[in-house]
Amino acid sequence: MRILFSFFAVIALVLSAYAGVKIANLQFLFGVVIPYIAIAIFILGFIYRVLKWGSSPVPFRIPTTCGQQESLPWIKQSKIENPSSAAGVVIRMALEVLLFRSLFRNLKTQLKEGRLVYGEAKWLWLAGLAFHWSFLIIFVRHFRLFLQDTPSFIKTIEGLDSFLQVGVPLLYMTDVVLLGAVTYLFLRRVFIPQIKYISLAADYFPLFLILGIAASGVLMRYFYKVHIVGVKELAMGLVSLNPVIPQSIGVIFYIHLFLISILLAYFPLSKLMHMAGVFLSPTRNMVNNSRIARHINPWNYPVHVHTYEEYENDFREKMKKAGIPVEKE
Amino acid sequence: MATKFTAKPDELSKIDYKPPKKGWLDTPAEFKEHTFCWGAKGKNLNVVEFPNARDWSPAEEDWKLPENWQEIVLEGIKDRLSKYRSFKLFMDICVRCGACADKCHFFIGGGDPKNMPVLRAELLRSIYRKYFTASGKMLGKIAGARELTLDVLKEIWYYYYQCTECRRCSVFCPYGIDQAEITMVGRELMNLLGLNTDWISGPVANCYMKGNHLGLEPHTIKNSMEFFLDDIETITGIKIKPTFNRKGAEILFVTPSGDLFADPGTYTAMGYLMLFHELGLDYTWSTYASEGGNFGLFTSNEMAKRLNAKIYAEAKRLGVKWIIGGECGHMWRIVNQYMDTWNGPADFLEEPVSPITGTKFENAKSTKMVHIAEFTADLIKNGKLKLDPGRNNHLKVTWHDSCNTARGMGILDEPRYVLRNVCNHFHEMPEDTIREKTFCCGSGTGLNASENMDLRMRGGFPRANAVKYVRDNYGVNMLANICAIDRATLKALMEYWAPDVQVAGLHELVGNALVMTGEKERTQDLRLEPLPEKEAKE
Repeated sequence: MRILFSFFAVIALVLSAYAGVKIANLQFLFGVVIPYIAIAIFILGFIYRVLKWGSSPVPFRIPTTCGQQESLPWIKQSKIENPSSAAGVVIRMALEVLLFRSLFRNLKTQLKEGRLVYGEAKWLWLAGLAFHWSFLIIFVRHFRLFLQDTPSFIKTIEGLDSFLQVGVPLLYMTDVVLLGAVTYLFLRRVFIPQIKYISLAADYFPLFLILGIAASGVLMRYFYKVHIVGVKELAMGLVSLNPVIPQSIGVIFYIHLFLISILLAYFPLSKLMHMAGVFLSPTRNMVNNSRIARHINPWNYPVHVHTYEEYENDFREKMKKAGIPVEKE
Repeated sequence: MATKFTAKPDELSKIDYKPPKKGWLDTPAEFKEHTFCWGAKGKNLNVVEFPNARDWSPAEEDWKLPENWQEIVLEGIKDRLSKYRSFKLFMDICVRCGACADKCHFFIGGGDPKNMPVLRAELLRSIYRKYFTASGKMLGKIAGARELTLDVLKEIWYYYYQCTECRRCSVFCPYGIDQAEITMVGRELMNLLGLNTDWISGPVANCYMKGNHLGLEPHTIKNSMEFFLDDIETITGIKIKPTFNRKGAEILFVTPSGDLFADPGTYTAMGYLMLFHELGLDYTWSTYASEGGNFGLFTSNEMAKRLNAKIYAEAKRLGVKWIIGGECGHMWRIVNQYMDTWNGPADFLEEPVSPITGTKFENAKSTKMVHIAEFTADLIKNGKLKLDPGRNNHLKVTWHDSCNTARGMGILDEPRYVLRNVCNHFHEMPEDTIREKTFCCGSGTGLNASENMDLRMRGGFPRANAVKYVRDNYGVNMLANICAIDRATLKALMEYWAPDVQVAGLHELVGNALVMTGEKERTQDLRLEPLPEKEAKE
């Protein structure tokens, strides 16, 4: 049900772009207006969400300590997993963001003949890493469409991405990796019972959407050729705020662009914001030094406590009898 | 009253991990016998002025909620969203990748899908989505949002009082989402409605009025310690005379009251007493600050702060220079992550320096509170203790990292260093079950009652399973740790899953090995059990 809902939502998006361009001839709407709106929602929504998180304080220092604390000088501290300096935190965060350190630690817990065994579980880490990195490379590759002269680093990336020299045009490995990884991430939500149980429509929808974007991109590059000069013209027009609609770009391009627009607009409303959130996570981005340095809670307020005086008043006679010193005789 | 818990280990270890066909949004919690604690008593909540104090029972249909309970909960959520970035962020960024799913000891030992940390969080997220997000308001169930009904409230209560806030899920989460943070907020919300458990609210009331969870009054503390002192004299021939509430002592010592009350914690207390006596340490116990543990943490931030305040207040009143803290799990989560923020600055204290070794404890220069394992490790490293580890030769020891000290502090190697110096037989449990990946005893955060044995034994199953492994492979018969709740509850866990394995605090083993000045030839360990013929040292 949740899977079908998400699947048909994406199909409906594809069909509406198809109908909008092919039948209603709304090239300007799908090529210019919607992308502009989507980019605006993305940027403003992204900033709004980050500011909204940032508006709540972090009253306590609560890093998850995954290694030995800073202690006596002869005890080896785990400076990255349990950092007590900013440098340690930076490295910890870099490992987290660039290499998915915590996910790399993943284990598979199984019950075998009444005994628990823990096995390697690296597939999610691998697929997650492959997906995010290939997505990033593909994203960067697309910059050639928005820049008059293609910068050399983009050419280098393209060269590396296609170094297998398969087919014409050359096959980008990231295209294959992205499709494979997204497919894996989808299939695990279908076939692993627990993962299926926790999955919401909001988990399937972005997968289908990205699958749709990747598939339409691949189709456009390798199968239904589009007028690439026209695409570049449109892209350049968009970035230079001087939009033009060139003739004869295939409809598949508009489907691709529309799905990207939907992804951009959906981004700040959804769990995809984990991209920004990971940087703000207090269990990962804080130093474990709150015994060394004082950390202030901005909304700290005085509380009522049961004072020693009250305590002694309750027990004075008993204390005296037991020979425990008291303040008032 | 409930029927006696009779499930046998081989029944309990048959676990079905398959989730039900029907989705979780529409499946109300089933209050199974032996899986929850009794409701908080009104009188205990009244002591600390908690709202909606009354007697109620989770097993009954009517929870006697106030008329406007939904409003209270939603207002409570709103307030906490504005106070805690962690809560706000953790409501928003989970992608439900499932990496945490099989990391919770309650899920591993029970198979209930709502004990997957991700889903336990989703129980509250569904409410958050419904009332605080646009997509939830518009799309409802398709966005995973649902109304806050009585069934949903009961479900949140049921599962949020099944979490021990051990943070193991947080280690594996790619965004560091910490179920403990979410559970703490969930429990705060429940407390707004007077919905706590008696195992938490009782100790809280005791601690507030009498200084410790067990409600030991000042003279009782002194009296019960007399028993240990007599035992120590029997064992060593040395009569120790500790002081209480003594002004002008150099050091205040604070430990969980569990150490003064029941075996095997009492043996750990004997270890502290012997160590400090042998060092000639200028220290004192306090009857007012006679609790390091803090069940307030299982009710609300504010209550935890109220209970914690007495430690600094007492240090100030007595005019000590700094504080040593005993072996306790969540006490150290609090000391390490909260105390200075709540009740500091402790500028009336001095930066801790060991009077025996001269070592400055740089890592405690703001809180001025040193963990006894740090203190003792330093003593041993500097050769200040005469130890005979052969006296622990009858013990084959393994080490349990307590969740809070491991994942909320990172004290991993100090106790191991001490252990290696006080006993000759030490075997680690499998590496995926120790250090930051350590498993909970199954009874943390106030779950150590007797009416929830099914839950406790299931929750402790992963821990016990690893202990059983070293028992079967290396003949381990002693599970050492630095947490009072561990000492209180692992005993029952071991009896159930891994019989023949005893439980000890670190300083019990130190006390056994410690060669004291002027002591007689020892023939008994701290449990008054005969020391076997000392084996040749390895």
